[in-house]
Amino acid sequence: MLHEIWILFKKDLIQEFRSKAAINAIFLFSVVTLTAVSYSIGSSAISNNVLAALLWIVIVFSALSAFSHIFLKEEEAQTADTLKLIAQPTPIFLSKLLFNILLLTLLLIVIVPLFIAAFNFEVKNIPLLLLSLFLGDLGLASGGTIVAALIAKASKRGALFSVLSFPILLPVMIVGISAAQMAFTQADSPLFPSEITALFAYDVVLFTAALMLFDFIWND
Amino acid sequence: MHLQVEKIYKKYNRRYILKNISFTAKQGQSVAITGPNGSGKTTLIKILTQIIRPDKGTLVFYLDNHKLSPENLNRHIGLIGPYLQLYQELTAYENLRFISQLRRVPHAEKRIKELAAAVGLERHIHRAVHTYSSGMKQRLKYLFAIMGDPDFLFVDEPTSNLDKDGISWVYQLLDEWKRDKVLVFATNDEQDLNYADEVVTVVA
Repeated sequence: MLHEIWILFKKDLIQEFRSKAAINAIFLFSVVTLTAVSYSIGSSAISNNVLAALLWIVIVFSALSAFSHIFLKEEEAQTADTLKLIAQPTPIFLSKLLFNILLLTLLLIVIVPLFIAAFNFEVKNIPLLLLSLFLGDLGLASGGTIVAALIAKASKRGALFSVLSFPILLPVMIVGISAAQMAFTQADSPLFPSEITALFAYDVVLFTAALMLFDFIWND
Repeated sequence: MHLQVEKIYKKYNRRYILKNISFTAKQGQSVAITGPNGSGKTTLIKILTQIIRPDKGTLVFYLDNHKLSPENLNRHIGLIGPYLQLYQELTAYENLRFISQLRRVPHAEKRIKELAAAVGLERHIHRAVHTYSSGMKQRLKYLFAIMGDPDFLFVDEPTSNLDKDGISWVYQLLDEWKRDKVLVFATNDEQDLNYADEVVTVVA
């Protein structure tokens, strides 16, 4: 199965490299949001707790702008039936999930340092921030990928994706904000506070549910 | 090797498109599905290739007298149809390499070259598929479908979009294919129907 996942993932990468549709959407959205937030706040003093919330708002909404693309492009190019014919549902889902994880990881690599530089503040606990972002990445990608598969065949896709995915991704966002607040303000905070445990547990639930549901969504 | 189709039913919007379709397609024999437009030929082909599920009925694929399990089925099926698109951003070579890697085709490079030469695409193999004419795309779809050497080949409208040379290549391929494989095709073309050993007529 690993071989199949790798071949499908590689195909998505080559397609994305040529079209740049998802990467353009996610980066443009995140940079525009970051710029808007940065200008609206200006030189006002802002607490680190609010900054943590702003960082996660930028991340979640940028992710929402790009995640649906992974299944939408197959429907729009009429290649979904081709894919159904040549591969099993589980490798298809895992390859698409891997693609969305990579996409969000690239975004985090760019946007988090930019965000810190724009608001000029110090992160007190970098390992905790990185761990919470990594777990948040997995949760957002798992939830986003299964909702993307669900709405790909619908006619009013754009609105549906945000409406359906937001409640699923909200717990990731809330716990992520809490972990980021801790990382921004407490140098001596533990690496595995309850926020990290909760994030990990929610990731496991989301991933398992998504994997189990995908077969039905894909074939019906 | 054979395919057994029993009492297939499919309805859309509370109306049955397919009712009680049964037939057996055996190795060395070609089956043509025919019927007026809108009678459900394409729906039946999609059901046979597992793209959509029937409401009722069963289909069983036998290979060496063993039933094929649904997990292994897609390795043994090839389909060519107007609704089945290839990846337009990729080159023809990349599309064929993609399917050959998924199917773990031995000596894939050699096979790609041979097949491309057989349909006159060897000079265009490194061009993106979206630059192809509809006839070239149709030839490429054939290569994509037969790349993994499937045991059961399904073709919807075998000769659509093809010129005279393309049509004669397709008939040659269908002749070769039905010798030791199972071949099922959907058509309304009288000339195509001459290549069938058995004809199944579907009526809306």
